[in-house]
Amino acid sequence: MEAFLGIDVGSVSTNLAVLDGQGRLLARQYLRTAGRPIAAVQEGMRALEAELGGAVAIAGVGTTGSARHLTGLLVGADVIKNEITAHAVAALHVEPGVRTVLEIGGQDSKIIILRDGMVIDFAMNTVCAAGTGSFLDQQAARLGVPIQEFGGLALAARHPVRIAGRCTVFAESDMIHKQQLGHSLEDIVAGLCEALVRNYLNNVGKGKEILPPVLFQGGVAANRGLVEAFARHLALPVTVPPHHDVMGAIGAALLARDLRRPGAPTAFKGWRVKDLEFKTTSFECQGCPNLCEVVQFRQEGRVLARWGSRCGKWEADSSGI
Amino acid sequence: MKVSFPRMGNSHCAFRWLLEALGHQVIVPPEISTRTLDLGVRYAPEFACMPFKVVMGTYLEVAEQGAELLITSGGVGPCRAGYYWVLHQQILEEQGYPTRIVAFDPPDCGWRDFWHKLAFVYRSGGVSLRRCLWALQVAWAKLKALDDLEARSLQVRAREVQRGATTRALRQAVATVDAAGSLPEVAEALAHGLRLLDGVDQDDRRECLRVGLTGEIYALLEPVASLSTQEILGHLGAEVERSMYVSRFAGRKGFGPPHAEVVRASRPYLGLECVGGHGVETVGMTVLWARKGFDGVVQVAPFGCTPEIVAKSILPRVSQEYGIPVMSLFFDEQTGPAGVYTRLEAFVDLLYARRRARRGEESRNGSLSRH
Repeated sequence: MEAFLGIDVGSVSTNLAVLDGQGRLLARQYLRTAGRPIAAVQEGMRALEAELGGAVAIAGVGTTGSARHLTGLLVGADVIKNEITAHAVAALHVEPGVRTVLEIGGQDSKIIILRDGMVIDFAMNTVCAAGTGSFLDQQAARLGVPIQEFGGLALAARHPVRIAGRCTVFAESDMIHKQQLGHSLEDIVAGLCEALVRNYLNNVGKGKEILPPVLFQGGVAANRGLVEAFARHLALPVTVPPHHDVMGAIGAALLARDLRRPGAPTAFKGWRVKDLEFKTTSFECQGCPNLCEVVQFRQEGRVLARWGSRCGKWEADSSGI
Repeated sequence: MKVSFPRMGNSHCAFRWLLEALGHQVIVPPEISTRTLDLGVRYAPEFACMPFKVVMGTYLEVAEQGAELLITSGGVGPCRAGYYWVLHQQILEEQGYPTRIVAFDPPDCGWRDFWHKLAFVYRSGGVSLRRCLWALQVAWAKLKALDDLEARSLQVRAREVQRGATTRALRQAVATVDAAGSLPEVAEALAHGLRLLDGVDQDDRRECLRVGLTGEIYALLEPVASLSTQEILGHLGAEVERSMYVSRFAGRKGFGPPHAEVVRASRPYLGLECVGGHGVETVGMTVLWARKGFDGVVQVAPFGCTPEIVAKSILPRVSQEYGIPVMSLFFDEQTGPAGVYTRLEAFVDLLYARRRARRGEESRNGSLSRH
């Protein structure tokens, strides 16, 4: 059967999704990037191959996320797309009438406004990472609560405390302060959810007309406390799609299906990618005072591409980067 | 005297030539690099905007090389940049440099002051007023030629077949203008440069967007200050029209819409003639571009820029009433290039999808590019 592979490599998680020609999900993987995007992608490929085996033939590959270019080179991608477009495409696939997408990932958060099946506006957090997955992870670890249970705790709160949510450093100080005053863990966690939602709506969502249906995507949507807080602040139902954590990958796979050159073979290198040796090395170019950090990407010792130089003199062979 | 000035795009070619013609020894400000920014950030107040820091870095770099005189523009109105040179001067003194800054305020704010400063510059170079006037004429022609070339490159880049070809052609064209030493030579260099740009191999079948680029003046004039937003837009397939150039700032007519027209266009949204910097122009240009049927507008400004924040808060209304997408990007020394690229790419995707939809074509993502 013909299938399409989408890979979304972000700061915190690496997600893979395989769809059939009708856009039905055949297999999915959600992994921690853990600072090693290449290894994470290879691990995901290994798992997908084990699951699907020879049952499917990959006819197109799309990559997205902050490591989309690197991943595109790694696996051989037909489409390399930014995560805003990928998330919008996936949201429209799940809910064709969607008018608002809230997406909170590991290190960035975005809002996408759609009308009549088309993106008309979007925003991403700019100067502050407050309210993203990394911070929640960190706080869950500090409080000794597994991240999976973190959101559920908020639902048990009776009197959520007010936490300063503008900046993560101050939010943490404020949480510690409330904790030392004797507030319950549930109330503090609920207060944090409230603060994050307030911050999101005042920063990323500023000036945007948020209309239903509202989809909440990204890894953080697993946090039920946040879902409730969003629904309360917006006074709208907020839907978390079934595969909210791999929507970026689903979007990338759909883009691979829709944008591949008609009749052209896929650039996919095959499942063997999981066993190849990929290495990145870097050096500082001494050509001018910019001292650019140039990265070299090697497959089995051969340089596939270089990037990172401002003037472009090292960027040989890196098509699409 | 050893003279230097802030760096803004390619304008240094004209300024170098002018000051040399006035008998000075010119230290050409180096290209803005990581080192420039590091130096500027180290000595500037933290909450000064990025242009302050970049210019501070440049001043320190040229002061190291022995610059004795720095020439810059002042400014009037609510934007604090008009006062930057005073603080720059103080920081240079604190660092032990004897460098002096002369800042030219717009002549209509005080002809006497302008004249005194001009007289100081040409007399200290040991040339006559006559030669000074001639040199100003040629330098003005150079400035205009440099802007003409850049404006053309912003159109050509969208269709270039080989990525980077336009940037290379522009560099060559600028070098020709740089070498010109008289009005006829400048005219010839301009014609040659435009031919070079038009000679770039172009894909005529590519469907290009028309995007207006507006915002704060330094972020527009020095591409590095917006992490090359104008080039990225070109690579993504957008023909870019920019609201500001050095020559336009200096009063050039017929290069972009007349100032009065821009102000008039902003009137329904802003009751003021001036909100500082070019906030009024940002609003007015967006309206004018929308009326001309542009696909979208990108606003660029340094983080914390008050005039542009005023404009930014008005733009959503303009965007809604005219149905033109607008994206604002604010930059400081912490801004990462990856985030800027991601936003611009998503914005361009949005513009292509709209264009398709307006033509009534079935979209199913088909209008997007593969990379």
